[in-house]
Amino acid sequence: MKKVVVTGVGIVSPLGIGKQANWDGVTSGRSGIGPISLFEPDEGLITKFAGEIPEFDATHWLSKPEARRYDRFLHVALAAGLEAVEDSGLVIDDSNAQRVATILGVGLGGMPFLEETIGQRIATRKLRRVSPFFIPGLIANMAPGLLSIYTGARGESWTATSACASANHAIGASLRALRSGACDVALTGGAEAVVCHTTIAGFNAMKALSTRNDDPATASRPFDSGRDGFVLGEGAAVLVLETEEHAQARGATVYAEVAGFGATADAHHITAPRPDGDGAVQAMSMALQDGGLAREQVGYINAHGTSTPANDKMETAAIRTLFGDHAERLAVSSTKSMTGHLLGAAAAVEAVFSVMALQQGILPPTINQFASDPECDLDYIPHQARKAEVEVALSNSLGFGGTNAAVAFRSAR
Amino acid sequence: MSVQDKVIEIIADQLGVSAGEVTPDKTFDELGADSLAVVELVMAFEDEFDVEVEESQASELKTVKAAIDFLNGLTS
Repeated sequence: MKKVVVTGVGIVSPLGIGKQANWDGVTSGRSGIGPISLFEPDEGLITKFAGEIPEFDATHWLSKPEARRYDRFLHVALAAGLEAVEDSGLVIDDSNAQRVATILGVGLGGMPFLEETIGQRIATRKLRRVSPFFIPGLIANMAPGLLSIYTGARGESWTATSACASANHAIGASLRALRSGACDVALTGGAEAVVCHTTIAGFNAMKALSTRNDDPATASRPFDSGRDGFVLGEGAAVLVLETEEHAQARGATVYAEVAGFGATADAHHITAPRPDGDGAVQAMSMALQDGGLAREQVGYINAHGTSTPANDKMETAAIRTLFGDHAERLAVSSTKSMTGHLLGAAAAVEAVFSVMALQQGILPPTINQFASDPECDLDYIPHQARKAEVEVALSNSLGFGGTNAAVAFRSAR
Repeated sequence: MSVQDKVIEIIADQLGVSAGEVTPDKTFDELGADSLAVVELVMAFEDEFDVEVEESQASELKTVKAAIDFLNGLTS
């Protein structure tokens, strides 16, 4: 079976723009969460904070008319995608364009655009003429579409959508495409930017979001007993995946190997996870099996760790079930404590953090640990990053619809 | 501001070109507008001049001059 490696990363998140700003932020334990500034929150909106990308100006990557015509998730997809390609040193030209795929995860797509472009016109009954860029500017697969246009990549181009697991499914599908020989390179990851009234009102209605308006920076507290819901974040991350032989042939620098992928369904409930966590257990187990890995090789798990009461308890139980005694030797962290939950892009930024953790020998922490929960009793790397040489890292993501996906990365060191 | 100046300003802004490039003889195609961008441009004319442009009329607007003449006719 062909080995698949990561040779480039690009990322924009509430921790900043670019690989270095994000790695500095996540290893220094900094929160990227604050009061909403992208719009003036309506009084009726229960949650008034989120993780917004600081000082993000789309016209750095796009002309002014283009920036106006595309929703924000497309702006961030492009920013991360172009950084990843540059980081990898890959030159896409006529000789290889057909062999480069673009597969990105998007959970919701253009919610702000929907609100701005047509919401007003529905309310005021002005539907005779709407922007012709309304549809192309918000459909989910325009993220890989735009990335293909801007990079010239002409291999398969599509979007994986599985709510909060979207980007892991995109990475998994890319791994399979690369192993099968369908392509030599895949630009993969995810993008999501839905900080707007529509999304927040919707998640508030489900009681899914934290309402800690008086202290946004500590609101995302995965595994802590005071956790009261997830914090919405926005951003994108793209990884350049390629077959090892392709990477070696061009002398590329390797971050880590994408060793295995596993995915399952709970077949249980539309939003609540199975209490026994069996869907997550099986997804993690499959990812290890797929990579020919033993449980004892795993040293770090970048948890889904949303900061919701149900997820963190269930995920802890799932890790214990699968790893048994080895769970005591595992370091587990939720970087959502700093970035918030990027939904369809979450697994993409967490994949970047996981491969950088393997490459740099530093594990990002879980911040906002105030009071422990007896049902969340693993080593969550509280407060501060930790130096550790780890052989295998797992990155979990679990989504509404009962969808579970895990990716195993192996150190290239 | 004259209708002509306003039309040129809208076109320059919508298509992301300098006002100097927007001369009456230019087609929207020459200014880089695809069919979607032309529809968006007509929307901007409607909003800015507070008029309604029929589809049959809109499809005739292919040059800067055509737009200026048409809007001059509607607003005079």
